[in-house]
Amino acid sequence: MTPVAAAAVDVRVAVAAVLDPELPMVTIEDLGILRGVTVEDETVRVVITPTYAGCPAMEAIRADIEAAVAAVDPSRRVVVDTVLAPAWSTDDITVEGLRRLAAAGISPPLGSTRGGPTAVRLSVRCPQCGSPDTGELSRFGSTACKSLWVCHACSEPFDRFKEL
Amino acid sequence: MASTSEAVAGVALADYATALADDALIASHRLTEWVARAPQLEEDVALGNIALDLLGQARMLLQYAGSLLVPPRTEDELAYLRDERAFRNVSLVERENGDFAVTMARLLLFSTYQHELYGRLTASTDETLAAIAAKAVKEVAYHHDHARQWVLRLGDGTPTSRARMQAAVDAEWPWAGELFDASWLDPVLVESGAAVDPGEIESATLVRVRAVVAQATLEVPPEGSAVSNGRDGRHTEALGHLLAQMQHLARSHPGATW
Repeated sequence: MTPVAAAAVDVRVAVAAVLDPELPMVTIEDLGILRGVTVEDETVRVVITPTYAGCPAMEAIRADIEAAVAAVDPSRRVVVDTVLAPAWSTDDITVEGLRRLAAAGISPPLGSTRGGPTAVRLSVRCPQCGSPDTGELSRFGSTACKSLWVCHACSEPFDRFKEL
Repeated sequence: MASTSEAVAGVALADYATALADDALIASHRLTEWVARAPQLEEDVALGNIALDLLGQARMLLQYAGSLLVPPRTEDELAYLRDERAFRNVSLVERENGDFAVTMARLLLFSTYQHELYGRLTASTDETLAAIAAKAVKEVAYHHDHARQWVLRLGDGTPTSRARMQAAVDAEWPWAGELFDASWLDPVLVESGAAVDPGEIESATLVRVRAVVAQATLEVPPEGSAVSNGRDGRHTEALGHLLAQMQHLARSHPGATW
């Protein structure tokens, strides 16, 4: 393996492990906002995409990526580019990401937003007690990507990731 | 070296992106005025989120507009250092909020227009505008749905809520006409497929708004437009007051960061 290729493996692993600052149970790779990592002779190029256009976490994510690269490869300059197309969708969240959201008490998005057959949504299950007896309190929640729900069985409120 | 015609096309495109950005920016600022004042806590959160989405649109569009100008300008320069006459937003979004029903009537008109606009702009021949539109259209669908739900609840609600929702629809409707005015837009942008002709989305937008108004058991106001020249930079008195607040920090403390 060439030195560049060896460094590339470490850098990719480090960047993929950066956590989302507002959803610290998932990495930026889990969330599907990491679009690419390229290691060149003197530069590491990272491409990310925002979940929502106004996502205020983008600047923190950028800083965290720079720090993650510097920790494993301090010799290279880091360039973080933001792309808009194709627009991010909740379909881009990985299976592992969906599992980690659910494990943290956030109801994951259901079904695909990109055409094709759509599963009939019977109900949103409470991530705490599993009851299907839940209701939406507010379409808009604690961050742009979530809505606020409540479970009528255990009375606990919970966040739900909105399909986008 | 860019030819003169390319430079002219760049300015026209920058103007177009700026007008769309200013609509989003000023609408966003007005919505943030509701935070901590909305009828319920969840509504503070909702209007804050919608304002944040609109701010995101404004930032993407102003970054693009600034990159097309010679010399280039930053998004902050365009947002904070332009004077009132240089803002291109429609007057619909700049006027004072009024009561909650007025805000919802305005959001219904504006979000329906934006949903129709961005839906078509995803097919723009300009790749950046198409990408911004593809991002924004999905978010605006939620804004439209939020406004629709409230207009239905208030319109088909108590006699008081119905009367106030009707008054709000009557007050906002005449200001919607400017959204569909194409007279300010360089026709070359429409011919090249970069821009959407605002006139082409008028009927699709109003059909959807009328359907919500009817379902809310409200009357659609009679035809008639307010005198509204925001696209030409001739604004109502309200915009100057808004800008004084929005731009104060950046102008009083140049280069401030936190």
